Amino acid sequence: MLKPAQRVALASACLVAGWAASMSAQSSTQPSSTPKPALSSQRPQNPAAPAAPAFRASTAPVPPTIPARFVVVLDAAHGGDDLGGHLSSGQLEKNANLALSVRLRSLLGARGIQVVTTRESDQSVDMNRRAEIADHAQARACISLHTADTGSGVHLFVSSLAPAGSGRFVAWRTAQAGWITRSLALAGVLNAALLQAGSGVTLGRTPLPGIESMTCAAVAVELAPERDSDHKITAEPDDPNYQAGIAQTLATALLEWKTQAARPEGGSTEGRQP
Amino acid sequence: MIPRYQIVIFSILVLASLAMAGMLWHLRQGAHQRLVAGVDSAPTKAPEIAPAEKATLLVANDDDNSLLPQVHSLPLPADPGSRARAVLGRLLELYAVPNAAHPVPGGATSVSQVFLLPIPGSAPRSESHKSTTVIATDSGAPISGGPAPAHPQMAVVDLSGNFVASHPSGLETETLTVLSICGTIHANLPQVTEVRFLVDGQQRPSLAGHADLTRTYLVGEAAGSIAGAAPALPTEVARP
Repeated sequence: MLKPAQRVALASACLVAGWAASMSAQSSTQPSSTPKPALSSQRPQNPAAPAAPAFRASTAPVPPTIPARFVVVLDAAHGGDDLGGHLSSGQLEKNANLALSVRLRSLLGARGIQVVTTRESDQSVDMNRRAEIADHAQARACISLHTADTGSGVHLFVSSLAPAGSGRFVAWRTAQAGWITRSLALAGVLNAALLQAGSGVTLGRTPLPGIESMTCAAVAVELAPERDSDHKITAEPDDPNYQAGIAQTLATALLEWKTQAARPEGGSTEGRQP
Repeated sequence: MIPRYQIVIFSILVLASLAMAGMLWHLRQGAHQRLVAGVDSAPTKAPEIAPAEKATLLVANDDDNSLLPQVHSLPLPADPGSRARAVLGRLLELYAVPNAAHPVPGGATSVSQVFLLPIPGSAPRSESHKSTTVIATDSGAPISGGPAPAHPQMAVVDLSGNFVASHPSGLETETLTVLSICGTIHANLPQVTEVRFLVDGQQRPSLAGHADLTRTYLVGEAAGSIAGAAPALPTEVARP
């Protein structure tokens, strides 16, 4: 027969043991979370995530066994009142950009890559809002999609901001400075894939007001007409087949980018850091 | 009943007023004719014909996204602002010809004015602080060198609204136009290290929807420092 004091002590011990066991079980099941939907036009369901990694305080290192979330942000430029350019086919740039975004989103989704888009319809989206969406998504790659009827092939642009180290706090308008190295690397991957696919590519750096507030590897992709050796246009930038081919190549390149990010030197969750 | 003498006085006053108005009008006409006659509208000085000089133009090419330096001979005024406008006029003439590598309609009249201003807060450099000024091309190689200017200046380029309205839209084409203007100014006026843009005297967000016209474009040392970091890309640094 136990005394009352012994009963209380035994009950307390059982409670502590039970709590410890439940905590242990919870922590062991957390990494094996089910994969997120491959395709999403909404923000990722992670309300606890901070708005921008630049403001995150340093946290304890994450075990390398936890699979990193790989999100690609597709930003179809212009939209709504902002028509963009007028293509020679009569199409507006904003519509051609959206069509390219939809094609690329589908192809990335089919490859198991989570996609966040800045717009899904013909609507005006402020530059700052686009950057907010990209920063909140904590994306591994941000692609701003444009079309033009000048030049030829695909034009890849990275922000002309000078590379800078990432601090705890960064200025909104120059947040991309800490990611320039990663952006150049992403441009290199896209360039290699497009060249391998036989597309003409030109590289450049320019001020990109919207992209310069994004805290991710960001590249502006401008689809220009396809031309032959005589400089005659063989496909307009809003041609569905031409867009599909370029989107296929970009999807392949982003899959390669995902593979690079998953490598140990890429750093799993650390790979998103500039 | 109005007395007779009041009617007479009123009539005299009305006649006097009319006479004075007529006199004033006559005097005004006479003064105007004397003023016009005194102005000598004949030309007093023959128009100056500036001697032809060599100018370096950074000519854009849409096919390979490059800026290639070309030397042209053209009459250049002595005044730096007019000089810059003349050089840019020639540059934009090249873009307006049919089958140009960087087709942009407009021509020489697309630049309304170029103002050169001292950069606020920039002190004249001493000999010991002189450094090399470079402009990076697509290959990252400097095309112009030499000591940095003692008195750095900002060029404010006032573009015409017609030129901007007819400029093709696109990241590449707009960027090339802006960079070729900045590079051409710096190549011919090395003291210019910053360039800003206006359209019909007003600030405008972008050239044709892409190239940012609200910021100050740096040419010179800053561009050279970035060229080393990314030699494969045409470089230009924009100060936010």
